[in-house]
Amino acid sequence: MSAMRKWIRIVALLGILSVVAASCGSDSEEAAGDFKQCDAGETDGDLAFFNWSEYMDPDLIAAFQDEFGVAVTEDFYPSNEEMFAKISPGGTGYDVIVPSDYMISILRSEALIQPIQKDAVPNHVNIADKFADPPFDPGNTYTQPYQWGTTGVGVDLGVTGHDIPLTWGLLFDADLAEQYGLSGKISLLDDPRETMGAALKYLGYSLNSTSADELAEAEAVIADAVSRVAAFDSDQYSELVVAGETIAGHGYSGNFLWDFEEGESEYTYFVPDEGGTVWVDGMAVLVDAPHPCTAFAFINFLLDAHNGAQLTNFNWYASPNGAAEEFIDQEVLDNQIIYPSAATMERLEFIEDTGEFEIEYTDALTRARG
Amino acid sequence: MPVEAPPGDAPELEDTTEVATLGLEHQAERAKARQGFLLGLPTIVYLLIFFVAPLGFVVAYSFATRTSTGRTELRDFNLNAYARLGDDIIMTVAWRSLWMAVLATLICLVLAYPLAYFISTRSPAVRNMLLVAVMIPFWSNFLIRTYAWRVLLDSDGLVTQGLELLGLGDGRILFTSNAVILGLVYGYLPFMVLPLYAAIERVDWSLVEGARDLYASGWAAFRRVVWPLSRPGVIAGSMLVFVPSFGAYVTPAILGGNKEGLLGSYIVLQFLSARNGPVGSAVSVVVLGVMLVSTLIYFRAGGKNL
Repeated sequence: MSAMRKWIRIVALLGILSVVAASCGSDSEEAAGDFKQCDAGETDGDLAFFNWSEYMDPDLIAAFQDEFGVAVTEDFYPSNEEMFAKISPGGTGYDVIVPSDYMISILRSEALIQPIQKDAVPNHVNIADKFADPPFDPGNTYTQPYQWGTTGVGVDLGVTGHDIPLTWGLLFDADLAEQYGLSGKISLLDDPRETMGAALKYLGYSLNSTSADELAEAEAVIADAVSRVAAFDSDQYSELVVAGETIAGHGYSGNFLWDFEEGESEYTYFVPDEGGTVWVDGMAVLVDAPHPCTAFAFINFLLDAHNGAQLTNFNWYASPNGAAEEFIDQEVLDNQIIYPSAATMERLEFIEDTGEFEIEYTDALTRARG
Repeated sequence: MPVEAPPGDAPELEDTTEVATLGLEHQAERAKARQGFLLGLPTIVYLLIFFVAPLGFVVAYSFATRTSTGRTELRDFNLNAYARLGDDIIMTVAWRSLWMAVLATLICLVLAYPLAYFISTRSPAVRNMLLVAVMIPFWSNFLIRTYAWRVLLDSDGLVTQGLELLGLGDGRILFTSNAVILGLVYGYLPFMVLPLYAAIERVDWSLVEGARDLYASGWAAFRRVVWPLSRPGVIAGSMLVFVPSFGAYVTPAILGGNKEGLLGSYIVLQFLSARNGPVGSAVSVVVLGVMLVSTLIYFRAGGKNL
């Protein structure tokens, strides 16, 4: 009977080992590089879409499902870093993701996204020239642009009055907080690159600084502001302003505009005079996407002129789709928050991958929070 | 020396029968053990795959190498992540987590003991009703209940406005550490009430009568009889509240505004934002170790007095 017991033990152990081995083995197989070839409009199953929250028009998803007869599941992430952490081990089952510029370079160097099959995405010709050859993805080989926008400050003017200085100081400066009653009514993004970047800009540095001294100064700015900050939040910063829980919030242009419609007060969003972040999000297909053909069909669908316009009319972020422009509502095109003036564009910077220094940004933000 | 010893035969015989019966008992016991093992096999396999194996990964990750792009690679095993544990920032976060967890546990204990005492001294029908009432919050999701607190605690919220009417507070509760403590106490109170109830309900009340007969005051009878007898419940409840509070993530994130780092959020930050798997894993391993050791010490120390 002890033999019996031994036998059971061995079987159990083998079972576990095989499960562990299988889960370890799966990531080494993908490096092969030859991806399944897809035709334009071809689908190969239901789509799993991993996207930022409040970024996709549900009607567009419904239209895609109807047109192609596939189901779409959409999951959400609040930051590039969180998305990366979740997809980098592989095997997530997601097909399409929407990373921003600097994250696209990271994903490319980590070989986590596959080349776009331009034949399967004929609508790539709709992309405006400005966005056809970005530095983080020359020739749009791995991604197709989704939307672009800026990061700045949203303010409840009903509380502060119209006469506010357009500076990051509204979020960081003790005197201004005192003057406009902002103490305890400020939210900052829970995002190391954006939040440390805002403090760097406030100090007059580049938001891609890799100088330890400059970052230390920025850390001191955040550390000083923490006592006046209500929350570090990347999901609900605009809802908090509209709910009256905060007065000034750090966040993305479109989300602020979207929620300001709901509010009873008067609001504004601005890119501070010191400058801020401009970003482009791209659509990418994961190397281990289970349904790459549906993925390309989906990307092509969103690059359609009408659909691209519908997306911008929905989420109020600017469209990189040149052909879509004529279908975008005039009030959206004229809105300088959505489509910033040339003068504002001058002051904006893209976030770039800083490699080893990324960890310094996170640690600085964590330390500053205390 | 003569080899044969006839008188010794009998005991020897007895010995063999004893061995035989022992063997039978052994067999029966082993059969039972085997049966138990087979019955438990699904759970054991489940735990091995979904608990032990992931834990093994976490431990392995804590010694792994972080590439310049933030990927964790299982090679060149080293102690770099553990070397960072002494950093001021991690120590600050750890002390704050410890302090908050201890405070939440004490508040839960103070609130739960009278309640458990009250429930266990009711008639069985009332008792069951009250126990169900304690458990009702579990019927809805923890996340939803925590978000509901956000509505109650915001500046126009019922709680905040109520306190202000009473002249208490400065109209701000949400996104403070008080809100976090409140959330922890609210969330884990039932975990304190239920074991306390189980312990107090088992108390033999004739012992209390005995104490009173021997002229013990009500307080003395409680302190010398009821309290010691309910200690297993106090210990179990405290552990059940302390352990999840120490690693809390959801409550500080939603009610505390993700501001002052606690260990739970620090670990999440390391994995999801810093892309530093080794440090996140090392902190997890140490937290796990500390909780394991303190649980063992606590139960050992408590066990002697049970």
